[in-house]
Amino acid sequence: MPRRLLGKRFKMMLGGCIVALTLVAALLAPYAATHDPDEQALLERLQPPVWHETGSAAHWLGTDNYGRDLFSRLIYGSRISILVGFASMLLSCFSGSLLGMIAGYRGGKVEQLIMRLADAHLAIPDILLAILIVAAIGGSAFNLILVLGISGWMVYARLTFGMTRALRERGFVEAAVSQGASDLYIISRHIFPQLLPVLVAVSTLQVAHVILQETALSFLGLGVPPPAATWGNMLAEGRDQLWVAPWIANLSGLTIVVVVSATNLLGNALREHLDPKPQAR
Amino acid sequence: MLSYVTRRLAIAPVSLLLVSLAVFVILRVTGDPVQLYLDINSTPEVEAQLRAQLHLDQPVLLQFAHFLGDVARGDFGTSLQHSAPAMPLVLQRLRATLRLMALALMIALALGVVAGIVSAVYQDRSVDFLISAVAVAGQSMPSFWLGLLLIQVFALQLGWLPTSGQGSWRHMVLPAVTLASFLLPGFILITRTSVLENFNEPYVVTARSKGLRQSTVLFKHILPNALNPVLTFLGLQAGRLVGGSIITETIFAWPGVGRLMVSSIFQRDAPVVIAAVFLASIAIILANLIVDLLQSAVDPRIRLE
Repeated sequence: MPRRLLGKRFKMMLGGCIVALTLVAALLAPYAATHDPDEQALLERLQPPVWHETGSAAHWLGTDNYGRDLFSRLIYGSRISILVGFASMLLSCFSGSLLGMIAGYRGGKVEQLIMRLADAHLAIPDILLAILIVAAIGGSAFNLILVLGISGWMVYARLTFGMTRALRERGFVEAAVSQGASDLYIISRHIFPQLLPVLVAVSTLQVAHVILQETALSFLGLGVPPPAATWGNMLAEGRDQLWVAPWIANLSGLTIVVVVSATNLLGNALREHLDPKPQAR
Repeated sequence: MLSYVTRRLAIAPVSLLLVSLAVFVILRVTGDPVQLYLDINSTPEVEAQLRAQLHLDQPVLLQFAHFLGDVARGDFGTSLQHSAPAMPLVLQRLRATLRLMALALMIALALGVVAGIVSAVYQDRSVDFLISAVAVAGQSMPSFWLGLLLIQVFALQLGWLPTSGQGSWRHMVLPAVTLASFLLPGFILITRTSVLENFNEPYVVTARSKGLRQSTVLFKHILPNALNPVLTFLGLQAGRLVGGSIITETIFAWPGVGRLMVSSIFQRDAPVVIAAVFLASIAIILANLIVDLLQSAVDPRIRLE
């Protein structure tokens, strides 16, 4: 990461604002959208955005092949990306950190079991596993959360494992042990709070990663099925209209890029903030 | 040396076993596999026959053992769509996929390493600024949109290159560039970081103090050390390459394994999907193993870990 590309504070502000805006749009979709996202109007199909010569203010980002309002579909599409992104991040963060802390704290056979499992799982490409599972059980939002959540636990397990192992030797943990505190108490009261800042940064980056995965699956037709609007399936629909209506694909693509970059920006800024050691010097 | 290699070798079968278990569980949990394999017009007799053939009348553990046996023999059943054994069908498509991957990997590796070195050498100058910005932005770029943008510019607007399909070398350009873009940002950043980390090492200071030229220090001293993390990264990217090729092949109608996999999903052709997933998993696991072993050969410090 180039140090002086952008100030840390600036990155955090910019990333945070866009992420917050997306969150608000997703939460308040019925109020933010100008049209019903699923309402078809065949007479108004494939209308260009408002800045085009032939565009009109009625649909300011234009319409798709069924005359559905693109702006409203992008707003509603954010719900699925945000939901899947955050929920699967929480799932993998929770399960991965728990297992990583147990492995790091206990050591021995438990460590061997958990960490070798993580190594083995790391060798399995998550996109393949996701394709397989979604192909078998279908692509509802819940299934996507489950699949993408499970395929991310190793990242957290490896991270927390290393840190927990270092923390275990520290005086405050030994003091707690000598007072007869239980393992669960030590992990939750003494170790977890130390890991939290790093976990926050990594989780933010993970959300960006998961959103990209979700849109990719959706693009392949393996996400939440149509007619529900997702950024990925809008991009896929736009692919068939590239010649006549390139704005469908490009606006969905642009939305994905902006939201994912903003999340990455926020995550990187948080990491720099919480881990002041300059990176890549 | 032995312990590191054996540990690495031991993980590969565990990964394969995990893949098999995952596939098996998914197949069994998600409904009656007989329904997956048979079309609508089957009779109860055919169903019973298949049930026995698939060992579904036996305990689950035995079923898993049979499944592992089938997998070991490369027997994934018969494709519903093509009425031919599934694995050979997948293997037929492998050449097209490997060609695309090889070209993309070469592009990404060559461009990534060069850009990474340039960026590190000119640290905090405008070139570094530009390259790093492109790399960081590239990490947030959904490559499937990049593919569509390339089609719009080079195929639709300029008409230089075909939009999809296979044939001359011109068909390969856009898919290869798209697939390369999945890997490029990572290669740039890892090379840059790795070169920078070596810059202040004592051995570099020594080399400089001997009065060696900057280029000699860079190519003879720093690069051999800096490329090792790139090698690790290469192994980790095998999964990305496979995932990327599935998407790229879908965008450009490239007749490879990825496109077969996706179209088979929509045709409900389970044997082909499973065969393709298995093949890809094995390839990735092997790629990781090879990189690990290569690495311990290149860098003796790793073996002592």
